[in-house]
Amino acid sequence: MAQVVIRSLNKKFDEVHAVKDVNLDIRDKEFMVFVGPSGCGKTTTLRMVAGLESITSGRILIDDKVINELAPMDRDIAMVFQNYALYPHMSVYDNMAFGLKMRKFDRADIAKRVQEAAEILGIQQLLQRKPRQLSGGQRQRVALGRAIVRHPQVFLFDEPLSNLDAKLRVQMRVELKKLHDRLGTTAIYVTHDQVEAMTLGDRVVVMKDGVVQQVGEPLELYNEPANRFVAGFLGSPAMNFATVKVNQDNGAIWAANAGMQIKAPPEYASRLGRYVGREVTLGIRPEDLHVASAADPTELGFDVVVEVVEKLGSEILLDVAAGPDTMVASVEPNVRAKIHDRLRLALNPQGLHFFDTHSEAAI
Amino acid sequence: MIEGAIWRRWVFFYFPLTAFIVALLFPFYWMVITTIRPDSELYRPWNAPNYAPFWTSHPTWVHIKDLLTETLFGTWMLNTMIISLAATAISLFCGLLAGYALSRLKFPFAGSLGTMIFITYLVPQTLLFIPLADIIRNFRLGDTPWALILTYPTFLIPFCTWLMMGYFKSIPKELEECARIDGATRWKAMVYIIFPIAVPGILSAGIFAFTLSWNEFIYALVFLSSPEEKTVPVGVTSELIRGDVFYWGELMAGALLGSIPVAFVYSFFVEHYVASLTGSVKG
Amino acid sequence: MTFTSVAAPSAYAGTPKRGPVTRLLEDERWLALVLLLPTLALLGLFIAYPFFKGVELSVTDTKVGVPGHFVGLQNFEKIWNDSIFHVAVWNTCLYTFVTTVFKLALGLWLALLLNNNFKGKAFTRAFILLPFIIPTVLSTLAWKWMFDPTFSVINWALFRLGLIEGRINWLGDPTLALISVMIVNVWRGVPFYAISLLAGLQTISPELHEAAAIDGARAWQRFRHVTWPLLLPVTLVIVLFSVIQTFADFQLVYVLTGGGPANATQLFATYAYQLGIGTGLLSEGATISLAIFPVLLLVVIVQLIYIRRVETH
Repeated sequence: MAQVVIRSLNKKFDEVHAVKDVNLDIRDKEFMVFVGPSGCGKTTTLRMVAGLESITSGRILIDDKVINELAPMDRDIAMVFQNYALYPHMSVYDNMAFGLKMRKFDRADIAKRVQEAAEILGIQQLLQRKPRQLSGGQRQRVALGRAIVRHPQVFLFDEPLSNLDAKLRVQMRVELKKLHDRLGTTAIYVTHDQVEAMTLGDRVVVMKDGVVQQVGEPLELYNEPANRFVAGFLGSPAMNFATVKVNQDNGAIWAANAGMQIKAPPEYASRLGRYVGREVTLGIRPEDLHVASAADPTELGFDVVVEVVEKLGSEILLDVAAGPDTMVASVEPNVRAKIHDRLRLALNPQGLHFFDTHSEAAI
Repeated sequence: MIEGAIWRRWVFFYFPLTAFIVALLFPFYWMVITTIRPDSELYRPWNAPNYAPFWTSHPTWVHIKDLLTETLFGTWMLNTMIISLAATAISLFCGLLAGYALSRLKFPFAGSLGTMIFITYLVPQTLLFIPLADIIRNFRLGDTPWALILTYPTFLIPFCTWLMMGYFKSIPKELEECARIDGATRWKAMVYIIFPIAVPGILSAGIFAFTLSWNEFIYALVFLSSPEEKTVPVGVTSELIRGDVFYWGELMAGALLGSIPVAFVYSFFVEHYVASLTGSVKG
Repeated sequence: MTFTSVAAPSAYAGTPKRGPVTRLLEDERWLALVLLLPTLALLGLFIAYPFFKGVELSVTDTKVGVPGHFVGLQNFEKIWNDSIFHVAVWNTCLYTFVTTVFKLALGLWLALLLNNNFKGKAFTRAFILLPFIIPTVLSTLAWKWMFDPTFSVINWALFRLGLIEGRINWLGDPTLALISVMIVNVWRGVPFYAISLLAGLQTISPELHEAAAIDGARAWQRFRHVTWPLLLPVTLVIVLFSVIQTFADFQLVYVLTGGGPANATQLFATYAYQLGIGTGLLSEGATISLAIFPVLLLVVIVQLIYIRRVETH
């Protein structure tokens, strides 16, 4: 059973507190994605699991064994690096066989395992080539092969797709997912790309400044972000934010600023009650905004001026100004709008989010 | 290219370049010519009318023959070769390990140690040769090749270390990390992964070290006294002069033959030599 | 899992036990120590130890075969009042200064010439380095032969060109001797400067020159405002090395003149050799060797400061 448990993990580099008190339970066979901006501590955490960075305080357990003091070679893990880290002076076969040689496997067994892994990845014909003769995608596969061959308990991935061009990246994403389904090994995957996080992860950990912001399944994080950071990080184009003031009017709660006046839907009314008279942050995703029709209630819409029209084919992105705020709305491709047009946008009440302006937590 | 009229090219480019080349290479030509000229032609005063410096009508091997049969030149060549190879081997070994430690490991005083090694490179042999002579004598190494084999690394190691450091820095550290995760100890990762990749750098450092060893003079002069132990530079300058008489034919033959191993090694590895020269400067 | 079962060898099932040495060497700090030990031992034994021994020698009156007693700064006083020492100091400084200037100027010129594309460039570049490659003593011997008062080919050439009538005693005349020695040093050093500066030149993107040319700068101006400033850091490093080597130079003078005539070419190193090894006055020789050190230190520090300043510019 290869579950990974992280307890109260901290890492300090001299004065910099890079990882702050991280607690996580990664289940056996789970594909866990760590996502966040550069410097958020995700790679440092991964490297601590690998044994490449020392642990300042806290514990890491794999399969219920504390591994803090174990050298990387004794942790039964395999890692795929961003730059593949293929040994340039060895053939693909030797690259893949290296780990097994270090562990004193005999020749026949090594050959069997390497062949097996090569078949899974479709690189049998490349076995005698040197890394410099391979394309980016092929190198990526060899790096994967080198990891698979060892049958480790945990796979660690450090932004493995960042060096590939966009098209190849999409292709490899799918292949990685298929590979994980097939092998079922526990995996920890670090990336700064939220699309990879959403598509690959069984669960996702969002980190910022060394602190875990939220852990959960991708859609959970998308639809119920725990704070403004997570809300703004996942989803593209990003969620729109506006600072609004909460006031009460005839028993109904309203959120308003110079550009809009939105009536809070019933499920929010109670929660916003405490904030009457104060400012909160309103969040609404671009896809939850559409051009208002007569059927849309007026209290769930606001007027805007179109500033930029981006036609993507499958949708149109309207960059609009609503009073002091700029927003992006993702609308149907048949909408006709030009720069400087005045429109009315309606919002989907299920897509409304509110955040405390000081703590940034979701209300 | 130099733009402009053809005459400009000749005046500003071809002429100075040729002048440089002639000036730099003439002494070697002189070495060769002197070696193959018979004594009768050699010892003509420069203002004598039959002074014909640039060629000879009776080339002879006699100087070379005398050099090889009547002096210990062969022994000197052997000595120098052994000493240079051994000193180079020791220096490469130390430089490789030290360069790895300084460029790829984190430990206290790493910076200061690196600086210290750099500084020892700047300490010239002429500063140390007198006390060192004493020390060599105390260790009972005087007049043996070991005196040189052990002291040459003092000026070879800093250079090798420095060169290897520069080379190692260009190798991504992910390679070692991957090896360590794959199951290698730090030591194995260093030996099986990093060192093989650094072979070109090792070659450059080795060649440079070899030529520097061959060129060393003052330690060899001071630490060795018996003619059989001498190296080529010392032997040629001390044993081929009897009293006040210079046997120029043999001297130039000795100079020529003594230069050949170095020139030979150099010619095969020019790119590597230039790389190490410029690498050490760009440091 | 779709893997065929190839089990790990029993010795490696689970976490293997590691021997104490392996565990030790896994620690970065211990590994570093082990790796640095041979180097530190050799350098400590044959550089640090002699250095301190040299200091010890300089404050005693040791001679060959005669152990010395502590005499304080007596040796330093002696050389301070030694007229030959003064000459040696002056010669060394002059020698270093003049040769460095010429090596830099000529080396730079040659580097600029080599920075063009022409047939046989690689070949030329390889041959140019020969004076630097060939053992100093051996090539200096060739020069000695070329300078020989009776048989000098240089004299012959000058004679034929009608530039001289009598002979030039290159190595016998005090003034000429120093000049001759400088000539050989420059001859030997120009290739080193040229090749190193050439490497530096090649890192300067030609686009910078093209931009300057479009801006209206002529060749000389382009050199002064584009090439030279970008070349400065490399130049300073080269000069640093060269100055140190030249200051402590021994082989050249030893072979050509041995320090004469009448100490006209006496340098620090040759004088130290003469006193220490020649006459066996070990302590006094060591003192002279040591006297190189403060000057060397000064030169190194000045240049390092200058280099740092230029780099952070």
